[in-house]
Amino acid sequence: MKIIETKQLTKRFGDFTAVKGIDFSVEKGEIFGFLGPNGAGKTTTINMLTGLAKPTSGSITIANEDGIKNIKKVQQLIGIVPDESNLYDDMSGFDNLTFCAALYGMEKSKREARAKHLLELFNLADTGKRPFKAYSKGMKRKLTIAAGIIHEPEILFLDEPTTGIDVESARQIRKLIHSLNKKGTTIFLTTHYIEEAERLCHRIGFIVEGRIVKIGETNELLQEAQRENTVEFSLDESAAFLAPSLIKDFPKVSVKTVGEHTLRIISEEKVDLMPFMNFFDERGISVREARIIHPSLEEIFVRITGIEAGKMKKEKEGKRK
Amino acid sequence: MKKRLAFYSILMKDMKNYYLKPPNISWGIIFPVAWTLMFFLRTGSPVDIREILPGVMSMSVLFGTTSMLAVTITFERKSRSFERLLLAPISLNLLMLAKTTGAIIFGVINAFVPVLFASFWIDFSGVAWGTMVLSIMLIAVTSTFLGLFISVSVSEVFEAQTFSNFIRFPMIFLCGLFIPIQALPIVLRPLSYLLPLTYGADILKNSINGNGLISPWLSLLVLLGFSFGLFLTSTHNIKKKWIY
Ligand SMILES: Nc1ncnc2c1ncn2[C@@H]1O[C@H](COP(=O)(O)OP(=O)(O)O)[C@@H](O)[C@H]1O
Ligand SMILES: [Mg+2]
Repeated sequence: MKIIETKQLTKRFGDFTAVKGIDFSVEKGEIFGFLGPNGAGKTTTINMLTGLAKPTSGSITIANEDGIKNIKKVQQLIGIVPDESNLYDDMSGFDNLTFCAALYGMEKSKREARAKHLLELFNLADTGKRPFKAYSKGMKRKLTIAAGIIHEPEILFLDEPTTGIDVESARQIRKLIHSLNKKGTTIFLTTHYIEEAERLCHRIGFIVEGRIVKIGETNELLQEAQRENTVEFSLDESAAFLAPSLIKDFPKVSVKTVGEHTLRIISEEKVDLMPFMNFFDERGISVREARIIHPSLEEIFVRITGIEAGKMKKEKEGKRK
Repeated sequence: MKKRLAFYSILMKDMKNYYLKPPNISWGIIFPVAWTLMFFLRTGSPVDIREILPGVMSMSVLFGTTSMLAVTITFERKSRSFERLLLAPISLNLLMLAKTTGAIIFGVINAFVPVLFASFWIDFSGVAWGTMVLSIMLIAVTSTFLGLFISVSVSEVFEAQTFSNFIRFPMIFLCGLFIPIQALPIVLRPLSYLLPLTYGADILKNSINGNGLISPWLSLLVLLGFSFGLFLTSTHNIKKKWIY
């Protein structure tokens, strides 16, 4: 059953179109991830889905409600964890949690019990009385997540839940996302960590420059990639000029140069190394290294989007500082 | 029920976090006390104190309320915690009422600081208490919504303060608080009638000294008009600018 569905969802800021008519749906009970580089339109999409931004055009349906017209009804069912914390600096962790619960109409005794439970769950029980501003980055993110789930929402939106925090907190958060999902919460998250998407999400949408360029089940995306065989050659000479003659000699494969001295042979069939070694040998080029690449989600992402994963990560972290 | 709980929680959180904090107590309570004492000690005679009491009360309300909104709205918007409120399942109107009710209550309390002080010098015979409380409430509502309008129009707290002062200080002189409107140069008089405080101060004068110039019913209507107008313009601006 579809719990979220968008049709031709578009957001323009003046002349600039940040989200360009995207169609996608999220199944009830799954973990769905938006994977894309900085500025792809992930946050803008989440903002439209949660009621913080008005779509320029298109439609949103969440839990059978019109997500634009009846957003206040929808907001009762969803929890939102923004990319940067928006809790109250001067209030304690505990007070922040009970206040957020009260916004959803939770009774005093119930919200206090729930806040206590969540502080323990996140290993924040000792710091519950401290003001939020005294928290470390990882603790802040954890409390922001606790605030997002305090009213036990059916759907949880997480915008880059593990970006910019310590490894241990990130690990705890991923574990928590898993266990929330096991208990039935539908999760929509965004990330620019390919590995994270691969590990957490049942389905992934690749989003680049406001468009979904690929969407599918994580398993299928991986299988699709593994149907192809890739061998990477590192040469002692510039690789680019060899591509045309390689294609001429080996019409069944495709060739991609990935660095000044490196090229990749991609083939539907198993790649036999010898003919290629001869090819280079004839031209007096020595091969420094030849290795078989087992395609990961990263490979697929790079191939489809043309964006180097490492670069994507660096940009993002640079921005956060 | 759920909505009431959310409303009440927002109100209490603001009271606890902002209204009862030392800087606001000083701005909100000590400031009117200082004004009051300054005016009262200078005038000295009971007749004069009674004469300026409406002006001092109005000013306490005006300053108390408008400076609060810069914190509860502009500051929260800046720190992004306001987003959390916008994402909550409560209507924008209810949310903004919750965010402003604290300032209104605070304004009304501020108004009675000068009354408390005045009670040492004068007796209050002949004061129409019902009308006085009503007019103070109206002034508090109107100036709170004026503060709301200002705090929604700017993005920095200091801008809110500057913008407020730009409006507040002329109001002191133009609204007949201390200088009767008839004593103003004729070119400035139309300006006086464009400002809400003129009408609030007039009802207040009527209730304390029976010397208002405008029909209280007309003033009441004008104040209600200003309040609705400012509130609706503010929520409209929030929808346009903050739910972008
Ligand atoms: N309020 C805004 N006004 C103008 N441009 C915006 C606004 N918000 C986002 N953008 C632009 O829209 C694009 C997508 O941004 P965003 O959704 O934040 O990307 P992501 O979350 O994927 O990093 C970016 O180019 C960003 O600069
Ligand atoms: Mg983002």
